[in-house]
This record gives sequence, C-alpha cells and structure tokens, in this order.
Amino acid sequence: MNFWPVYKKEIRSYFTSPIAYVVMLVFLILTGVFFMVFMSDFNYASMNQSPYESNNLNITYRVVRPLLGNMSVILLFAMPLVTMKPFAEERRTGTMELLFTYPLSDLAILLGKFLAAFTLFLVMLASTLLYVFFMFLYSSPEPGTLISGYLGILLMAAAFISIGLFVSSLTENQIIAAVTTFGALLLFWIIQWTGTNQVLRQLSILEHFNNFAEGIIDTRDIVYYLSFMILWLFVTLRVLESKKWRG
Amino acid sequence: MIELQGVNKFFGAFQVLKDISMTVNKGEIVGFLGPNGAGKTTTMRIINGFMPATSGKTIVAGYEVDEKPIEVKRRIGYLPENVSLYNDMTVREYLYFVAEAKRVPRSERQARVAKASRQCAVENVANRLIGSLSRGYRQRVGLAQAIINEPEVLIMDEPTTGLDPVQIIEIRELIKSFAGEHTIILSTHILQEVSAICQRVIIINDGQIVAEDSLKNLTGSSVRGGSLMIRVEGETAQVRQKLASLSGVVSVRDAGKPEEEGVTDLIIAGDKDRDIRRAVAETVVSSGCGLLELRPIRLSLEEIFMQTITKNT
Repeated sequence: MNFWPVYKKEIRSYFTSPIAYVVMLVFLILTGVFFMVFMSDFNYASMNQSPYESNNLNITYRVVRPLLGNMSVILLFAMPLVTMKPFAEERRTGTMELLFTYPLSDLAILLGKFLAAFTLFLVMLASTLLYVFFMFLYSSPEPGTLISGYLGILLMAAAFISIGLFVSSLTENQIIAAVTTFGALLLFWIIQWTGTNQVLRQLSILEHFNNFAEGIIDTRDIVYYLSFMILWLFVTLRVLESKKWRG
Repeated sequence: MIELQGVNKFFGAFQVLKDISMTVNKGEIVGFLGPNGAGKTTTMRIINGFMPATSGKTIVAGYEVDEKPIEVKRRIGYLPENVSLYNDMTVREYLYFVAEAKRVPRSERQARVAKASRQCAVENVANRLIGSLSRGYRQRVGLAQAIINEPEVLIMDEPTTGLDPVQIIEIRELIKSFAGEHTIILSTHILQEVSAICQRVIIINDGQIVAEDSLKNLTGSSVRGGSLMIRVEGETAQVRQKLASLSGVVSVRDAGKPEEEGVTDLIIAGDKDRDIRRAVAETVVSSGCGLLELRPIRLSLEEIFMQTITKNT
C-alpha cells in the first residue's frame, strides 16, 4: 500500500496553509476557556463547604466529563474545516488528473488523505493533554475515565473525518464541502432527539460518545464508530471510481 | 508498445470514441491530430489509465490497462493539457513527491530529480514555489514530472498551448530530445508541431481515426515526382504547347493572376513517379523565355487535414 507519498504531501499542504493553524488555535482557545470555567467552578465548590455539594466533589465528575463532552461538540464544528480541502481542492485546480495517473491505487490515495487529516487532529488533541497535566498537578482525576474519554474522541474524530472526506470527494467547492459535512454531522447528532425510537437513537454520533466520557468502553460503541468510518470511506472509494467512467 | 483494439467510449449516451484501433511502436513519435472535441484527450486518458474504456482492449508496454493499471502507470509519463501542479510546493519538493509516487527507488530519487530538472531546464527555479512560476516554466515542470520515472511511454496532451513562440520552440526541442528513449504520443491541433516533431500522424475526427500514415506519405512529398509550379517571363503560348507535349506531363494550366508584371505562373501536373524538372527547365529556356522560378507543389498538412476531415463529415 503506497499511501506514504500522498500522506506526506497532504501533511505538508495542511501545515503550510493557514487553515490548520486557525482551526487548531480556535479549538485550543475554546477548550481552554471551557477548562478554565469547569476548573474554577470545581475550585469554588471545593472551598464552599456546602453539604449539598459534597456528594459530587470529584474532578472526574466536575471537569473531565464536561470537558470531553464540550470537546466533542467543538470538534463537530472544527473537523469539517479540516476535511473540506483534500479532494475538493484537487478537483478544483485539476491536480487530480495527474494524481490519478500515478501508480497509486484509489485506496492508497484515500488512506493518505485520511491519515493526514487524522494526524492534524492528533496534533490538535495532543495539545489538550496540557489540561490533563494540570488536573493531575492540582488534583487526582481517574486515569481510567481520561483514557476511555480520549479513546472515544479518537474514534469519533475518525468517523467525522471519513464523512468529511466523502463530502469533499463530491464537490469542488471547499465551502460547500465544509457546510455539508457540518450539516451531516449535526444531523447525526440531533437524530437522537427525534423521539424514543431506539434505532434512530443508536445512529446518533454523540450518543455513542457518552459511555466513553463516563469511563465505559462498550464494544457496541467501538463497533458503531468503526463501521461508520468504514462505510463512508468505502462510499468515497466508489465516488472516486465513478468519477472516472463518468468523465 | 501501445495497442488499442476496438476501443469505444461513451459518456452517458454520447459516444466519444468510435471503435478506435491503433498501434504505436517502440521509439516512435506519433502525432495525434484532430480538431477540438475530436476525442484526443479521452483516448490519451484511456491509454494512461485515468479512465476505463467502455469496451475494447488497451495494451501498454505489454500490460492490459484494465487489468494491471498500476503496472501500466509505472511505465507512463503524462503531461495533461492544462498542467495543474501543486502551487504550494517548490519545484524540488514537487518532483520528489512525484518520484516517490511513481515508485522511483529511494536510492535513485535524488539522481532522477536532478536529471529531470536538468533535462527540462528547471534547475534554476528548483527552490521556488510552483505557484510563482511563469506559464513556460510550469510547462517544463510538467514535462519534468512526466519523465522523472524514465517512462517507456510518454503521453503529452497539447504540450505547447498557451506558450509564447520562443517557449514553443524550446519545448519542441525538448520533446525532440526525448525521442529514442521514449515512445511518444503527442496530441495537438497545431499542424506545424506535427511536421516539426512527429514521424507518424494519426488524424482523429469525431471519435474516429480518419487517417493514419507517415508524414511523408500523407503530404505526398516524394521529392522527385508530382506537380510543379513555374514562373515564366515572356510570351508563353509556345512554351505551353511544348511543355504539354513533354513525356511525363499530364496537363499545363494557369496558376491565376501572377504577382509581377510580364510574367506567367503555370502549374504543370506530372506523373507521380517521374522527375520532369530538368526537362521542363530545358524546354522553357530553349524557347527563349526566362525561367524565374520552379518549385514542386506539395500538399501542406493543413490541406490534408481539411480534406480528411471534411471528407468524413
């Protein structure tokens, strides 16, 4: 599988364009503000010796869970901006024609682009470990919840990226790609509010994250994210293929 | 080296290629000629594996494109019509990327990048962003990426469009310098280009091959036979008679109003295989007329092109 050259090219393209830095900066500012708010709230509650508060005076409950939950929502806004470029830009500028005459399989091209977007996300996520560091420095959160929470975020982001790449492969306009991806992700989120229908609830992309944030690693959730990801990557491959015979 | 057998291509209900069959031998430079929309680009994209044909067989370097696309793509260099490159990369970065994508072994990459840059004269812009290069340089970078894997087959889609005359000549020289090492297919609608570069011409119109021959045969320019145009000074009535009675001469007629005073232009149609130049010259001079000009008439590629295209539509 010769995805390495495409991967390197995409990484270079991400980190030489301002978009990556802007997205990372905004993500860090927002999560940073959330972290600060939850931390100071926790801090205030710890000093306030109210008997009602003492039950849940627990950093996992007060900071870790809400922080992970908010991170997932911010990602829902941020990831479409990461995945709007890969195919849409190549199609618009026409570089796709040359790329597809190189001895690279469609899968290699797709994987290179997927892994590059995932790498950008990892860099972004790695910087939030600073918050974890501070939590350990001044308190004692449960490592288990943090691990399952971060695992959940990784899986969820992979799912976000795969649907984003799919949309990017359909259009040559990056803004359309970003807006449509965002709409699709939002739809997969709010689908859980459509009622008590269990099937629809199970489709929800954030519903499956709740368990991870609570420290539960359930195979159903892992299977959900992995199959979501594979489905959209597979459809993307079909789109790339169809572009050829449709001309 | 390249073989197409009964290739058809439909875009929806629209048939772009109609039963194209052709062969290009190793080391040949073939000009692919046709008006815009004739199907040149589509044919090239089928050969280089970018899109599959609806039906028919395409074999490149011994591999069938549909079955072994990767093997075929490893042996091909392609220069698309509108060369789109990654504008945010420098020339050197880009060529390294292409070398890697085309699976040039790691140990050879540096040498290949250096060689291709030298051949295409882009060494002096190696560290500049592609986005900041002029059209001519971009075309050279496009050529460099095409030859970087030392491909057996080189496919170029209108390699000189949008260049200025000096650049056009440079690029043509460059392409000629590739001859021998590579089998080259070159599409164009500029006829001079074909006469300047190619050994063989395939004319395609409306998705069909309408003519396929060597340049020489197409233009009918065997040096000796054929028709002549002469410009004669003086009274021509007698000369005409004498000329018409020469053996090997089929007919003598006026070539229309001459450009100079007191001269007459005559067109002498001769047998295809007989050299009548000497006899004609002697006849004119011995009848006391001045022979100002004598030249063979060859069909220009433009005329052949127009003839074949209009004949088939």
